[in-house]
Amino acid sequence: MAMVSAREWREIPGRYNLIGSKCENCGKIFFPSRSFCPDCRRAGMGKMVPFNMSRKGEVYSFSINHDASGFNNRMMPYAVAMIKNDDGVLIAGQLVDVEFDKIQIGMRVKAVMRKLNEDGEAGVIHYGFKFVPDE
Amino acid sequence: MVGIVSYGAYVPRYRIKPDEIGRVWGADGAGMGKGLMITQKSVPAPDEDTVTIATTAARDMLERVPEVDPQDIGAVYVGSESHPYAVKPTASIVAEAIGATPAMTAADLEFACKAGTAGIQAGMGLVASGMVKYAVAIGADTSQGAPGDALEYSASAGGAAYLIGNENCIATINKTLSFTTDTPDFWRREGMMYPVHGGRFSGEPAYFRHVTTAAKMMMEAMGTTPADYNYVVLHQPNGKFPTRAAKMLGFSDEQLAPGLLTPYIGNTYSGAVPLGLAHVLDQAKPGDRILVASYGSGAGSDAFDITVTENIATYKRDNAPVLDKLLANVVYVDYAVYAKYKNTIKMPEEE
Amino acid sequence: MKMREVAVIGAGSTKFGELWGQSFRALGLEAGMKAMASANLAGDEIDAIYIGNMSSRLTKQQHIDALVADYTGMAGKHIASTSIEAGGASGGVAFRQGVMAVASGMHDVVIVGGAEKMTDLDDDSVNEVMNATTDADWEAGMGLSLTSLYAMIARRMVHEGLATREEIAACAYNSHFHGQFNKDAQFRKEIKLDTVLRAGPTAEPLTMFDGAPISDGASAVILCPLEDAKKYTDNYVKVAATAQASDTLALFQRKSITEFEATKVAAQQAYAAAGITAKDINVAEVHDDYTVAGCMALQDLGLYKNGGKAFLEGCTKFDAGKIAVNTSGGLKAKGYPIGAAGVSQIVELYQQLTNNAGDRQVKDAKYGLAQSVGGTGSAVTVSILEAM
Repeated sequence: MAMVSAREWREIPGRYNLIGSKCENCGKIFFPSRSFCPDCRRAGMGKMVPFNMSRKGEVYSFSINHDASGFNNRMMPYAVAMIKNDDGVLIAGQLVDVEFDKIQIGMRVKAVMRKLNEDGEAGVIHYGFKFVPDE
Repeated sequence: MVGIVSYGAYVPRYRIKPDEIGRVWGADGAGMGKGLMITQKSVPAPDEDTVTIATTAARDMLERVPEVDPQDIGAVYVGSESHPYAVKPTASIVAEAIGATPAMTAADLEFACKAGTAGIQAGMGLVASGMVKYAVAIGADTSQGAPGDALEYSASAGGAAYLIGNENCIATINKTLSFTTDTPDFWRREGMMYPVHGGRFSGEPAYFRHVTTAAKMMMEAMGTTPADYNYVVLHQPNGKFPTRAAKMLGFSDEQLAPGLLTPYIGNTYSGAVPLGLAHVLDQAKPGDRILVASYGSGAGSDAFDITVTENIATYKRDNAPVLDKLLANVVYVDYAVYAKYKNTIKMPEEE
Repeated sequence: MKMREVAVIGAGSTKFGELWGQSFRALGLEAGMKAMASANLAGDEIDAIYIGNMSSRLTKQQHIDALVADYTGMAGKHIASTSIEAGGASGGVAFRQGVMAVASGMHDVVIVGGAEKMTDLDDDSVNEVMNATTDADWEAGMGLSLTSLYAMIARRMVHEGLATREEIAACAYNSHFHGQFNKDAQFRKEIKLDTVLRAGPTAEPLTMFDGAPISDGASAVILCPLEDAKKYTDNYVKVAATAQASDTLALFQRKSITEFEATKVAAQQAYAAAGITAKDINVAEVHDDYTVAGCMALQDLGLYKNGGKAFLEGCTKFDAGKIAVNTSGGLKAKGYPIGAAGVSQIVELYQQLTNNAGDRQVKDAKYGLAQSVGGTGSAVTVSILEAM
């Protein structure tokens, strides 16, 4: 039941480079990108522009995940986190290359490119951001 | 003049020691490490591969030259023998991740351990001819060594990226030349998981002949002697080979040591010479001269004569971590974790 | 438009648990038959079916609506049958759709069912289905599980001083305490708080005992206009209110992750429609798919200022004389066949408000509240039932 590779391909700007969107009407930044501002609605129509999100931020909350299947099985256990980036936007992702007992709310992190998943051994590989400590 | 405008280097943080590998196979791992002059080797995390290593190195390379517009990059070449796809370029993924796409060319290169330096040569040609403003050449690998084989003690992961251009170079490449023959000392057939090597045949007629010949050809062409260089960077499948080759060529340990990382990170294959050169550039001063000779089995050596320029004094090297900082942040793993990270443990079948 | 008042005139559930011998269709039929029997219906009176079911990926069966109509013997009558998916809130939303159908006058006698057959699929795949109730591209797709999202809520609750780890764990203690009195519950054993804290981790800080189990089961209730209820039975309750609210699909899109706005909004609307306040509620069934969710529910619904503390201090026990919570055993002990969950809450309230809850009967219960949640608070229904 592999998905067609187009599904990952169209998300590349967000996955690789944290491209979100900004409403030029109210100034609010969104990630993942949206074509329509949920705050301005009609007043913001056509005013959403791509926005390069900061790759740096801090841990807002985190968990150590012991339950995964597929590719992430090999990562277990692994840390996941909600990151408040330096634009003030919350982003969810994995936190890697870190000792679990060192993770704290408020810890500085930066986004790097890692393997997120793969469609089996023969399928397409999904690359995208994960976070690492920013020392 | 064509040269290096910026560079970035990356080595995964996990390490395993030869005695731990030897413990599993009932071999004298410590002795093996001593013979190879390797104290430990880097291990990629399960979510790291040539694409992620190349991307990290290339992003750090660009961090150090914020004035460079990625859209001015006209070519991205990634040299590796562990491209994640047999068909589907690593280079296009890296190019997308550094914002260089779409008006550009990209390709994956393979020439065993010297595909990274082959990329630098190709990039130099494009820049010198005026076809592109900047070219990116990357050497990166997550090398494979068959479990239990001698290669397992050295095969590691890492890579470095070079931005080639002809303005504001931190180092000019005075000349490059190559020495190539058909010498089957190491290979991996299509679909095979692990490479095969010719044992001691990979020494004298392969590594030593090609590396020393290319280096000598370069010194002859430039009218130089080892004394004219501050540093020499040679391909380093282990610590022993480059140490001996340097001696054969007349270089001292002091000239060799700064560009010799294999004793601390293992053999990063296509990443080896690019990483060694990066470590030299991490400490180089204006006017320093560097002789480089890579090696790729099969077989060939690319030599470079490089002079560090005044620009290195104002170069924003600290915008990204230097190698010494990366190499200080290590975590040792045992063989079980190593096997898990290298995906050699059989996992449940997926639907 | 004038709406009709609606009554629940019958209710029934299968046993919840690992029901290896029973198929999805068998479960649906059993719950439906029990509900009809309790309402003294033959079946001919029913003119519409609403069924909550979360995922066809669990059974490889789409078109649950037709399957249920067929196997409950309604296909020959060609009555309207509709299946509803809203993640974990599927059952709650199905109930609300049924109420709306009767209230509007579109239908007179409606059966609302909820069913899920989860044990036909391996655990890893079930977890993937559960994770698909999060944002599949930007939460699950990034390696986050539904459990890890609730774990991050729990971590944040503790960080912000809103709850202690022990208070959060007490939600499971409360559910297991009540589970021992419910013969249809999956787990019928009281547990110690320490059991929750010391169980194996699923997503730290949460453990195996912080999460509801994988279960099979089905529940059903019968609705009709309040004015007609007496025609069928003396045991009926009034649907005093039913409300529904939505929120962002992804948890990280919220301003706060330590409360569910959708629960607050739906609760306000429900209290207003019923003409009561939270203080008037006697018994509540809240969505404790995770302990921390149960704690948040009590706060967001206004039932207790500190949900975890209420659980820890025993205020929520059926015989404590306060607002009793999850007297059925909650999703944690009763079991969590996802689509059935929201409907099974109505079944429990029906039994409590008709004084048929046996060993766990809440004394003099007049108002009961049910809260059903999808994903991480992305869809919430709050319904209030009133004893007649």
